[in-house]
Amino acid sequence: MSVQQNYRTGATLAGYNFAFLDEQTKRMLRRAILKAVAIPGYQVPFGSREMPLPYGWGTGGMQVTAAVIGSKDVLKVIDQGADDTTNAVSIRRFFVRMTNVATTEKTRAATLIQTRHRVPEIPLSEGQILVYQVPIPEPLRWLEPRETETRKMHALSEYGVMHVKLYEDIAQHGHISTAYDYPVVVNGRYLMRCSPIPKFDTPKLNMNPALQLFGAGREKRIYAVPPYTEVKPLDFEDHPFEVERWPESCALCGAGDSFLDEVILDDKGSRMFVCSDTDYCGERREAGHTGRMSAPYKAEAAE
Amino acid sequence: MYVAVKGGEAAIGNAHQLLAEDRRGNPDVPELSVAQIREQMSYGVDRVMTEGSVYDPDLAALALKQARGDQVEAIFLLRAYRTTLPRLAVTRPIDTAAMQVSRRISSCFKDMPGGQLLGPTFDYTHRLLDFALEAEGAVPQAEGKGSLSDSLPQVVDLLNAEGLIERELPDAEDAPVGDLTREPLMFPAGRDVRLQNLARADEGYLLALGYSTQRGYAKSHPFVGEIRSGAVAVEIDIPELGFAVDIGDITVTECQMINQFKGSKTEAPKFTRGYGLAFGFAERKAMAMSLVDRALRAEELGEDITAPAQDAEFVLYHADNVEASGFVQHLKLPHHVDFQAELTLVRTMRAEIATAQAESEAELAEAAQ
Repeated sequence: MSVQQNYRTGATLAGYNFAFLDEQTKRMLRRAILKAVAIPGYQVPFGSREMPLPYGWGTGGMQVTAAVIGSKDVLKVIDQGADDTTNAVSIRRFFVRMTNVATTEKTRAATLIQTRHRVPEIPLSEGQILVYQVPIPEPLRWLEPRETETRKMHALSEYGVMHVKLYEDIAQHGHISTAYDYPVVVNGRYLMRCSPIPKFDTPKLNMNPALQLFGAGREKRIYAVPPYTEVKPLDFEDHPFEVERWPESCALCGAGDSFLDEVILDDKGSRMFVCSDTDYCGERREAGHTGRMSAPYKAEAAE
Repeated sequence: MYVAVKGGEAAIGNAHQLLAEDRRGNPDVPELSVAQIREQMSYGVDRVMTEGSVYDPDLAALALKQARGDQVEAIFLLRAYRTTLPRLAVTRPIDTAAMQVSRRISSCFKDMPGGQLLGPTFDYTHRLLDFALEAEGAVPQAEGKGSLSDSLPQVVDLLNAEGLIERELPDAEDAPVGDLTREPLMFPAGRDVRLQNLARADEGYLLALGYSTQRGYAKSHPFVGEIRSGAVAVEIDIPELGFAVDIGDITVTECQMINQFKGSKTEAPKFTRGYGLAFGFAERKAMAMSLVDRALRAEELGEDITAPAQDAEFVLYHADNVEASGFVQHLKLPHHVDFQAELTLVRTMRAEIATAQAESEAELAEAAQ
């Protein structure tokens, strides 16, 4: 009731429960998460709630985060690998308002990381939780729009249609033309969609020491990859899985092993490539690495 | 030099301030009060309550004010608030036969027991802009306020006597009722869940789908059996007391659509029903809902599923405007990582084709020499 009173008087947000959701809803979410962990890669339907952010903007990830976050957690939120993109800022602010937990931009310092579209470059460790925001959880959706059909296909492990799709890519283009959202098989059983991460990040899911949770709010599904679980990209013996490479390295830190964003600098088409993972790039520059266009490193004020 | 999205925090703060300033508009014009919106924009309030799934005209009016009149945004605001509310009780089914009607019409019969009442309707108005409304201050008074008895039988029930229309028997009192706000939509979806989904569905979407059934995509020969709007009592059972207690009235609009059914191997031809219900005076919504409800019963009635409006997965998964609006608009969020991955792929593929072409041209040139 205090919630309503607060709302009507427009007073503080103190009337909201810790992490916004009520405890019964969190319990429902935790049950779904436990089931997801017990059946790696299986999409668990759950009673997704309306969140105060729009569907498609991370409501699934936010519900998962809200269900697992505790007052001692240190939260990091990234979007496109960066902590300072607008939606990451917005979600981080939401959790600060609703939980007052500590936040960080350091991958190593975080206990809980919510991400959209990237897996951090710095390897995760045991005890960390990575929460992915997922728009479309069903890996077979573009091949079969009906949920009733795709659930049947998962039940029967009937994934031939995806192999055919990849084969057709090779027949037409000479190689598999899936750049992100690359289909993987988890623990030798379920075909899974890695939220839309570039295939560059796909190998990071395999045998990862951290717990990886996936939340799709609008589609009302949660799934998980428990620590040290095999995650295998679909491929063929003569066409093994490959990740994308850039002819350049990061213009700021010189990294040649990270996912690079292309930044267009002027209307003549000149461009630079920089690390998409801002924390990784910052850590390298701090350690003295330089790139083609880097100014001397200057520590930016911590948030 | 490095131009990627930086300073999101400050940008968001500034955007919110701009929004607040813009929302208020010109400060020389008096501010709208929530009560004014509730009283004078009441159909807008009704829609926000219906699709927002909360019967609270004050909150809906507040949402409309905050959303600057944007209905879908206001519905979203109300829904997001709704999820934080505790569920105190489940009401008994409302009894629309006992409605205090302010409007009741049927297109099937010239007259019917209890009579018809046009009530406050846009129907039969000539849609001419009324410039007299620009001059404020008039307080219109209606003289011929009709009223009907407090207990009016449903027109569809009158057909029951002859067995001409399918019977709709209530479920057992203790039968569970689906609730999409607690459980995800699963298929096959029962009629309870379908109707809840349609009641929360975007009005424009239902209107278009209902319209499509009238134009031959799942034709169901509909007639308006009855539309009634008015106040109904809401009751909850109090276990400690052992009886139901009236906790207040809500205004609803109900539409019972009567549709032809050609009959099947086992059943004689008869009329079937489609049902629509919405908070407030929302006749367009209730009518469209009843058309779509009937179309979605194709499988149950053994009809061929040939049209979009009959396809439960298609209709129900795309009906919610809070979901649809969010997902369509999430395309505004940065996607540069995925785009970069695609860019790399397209460049690789183009380079491969260029190399292959150059090679084949070189071969041709060699052969020509």
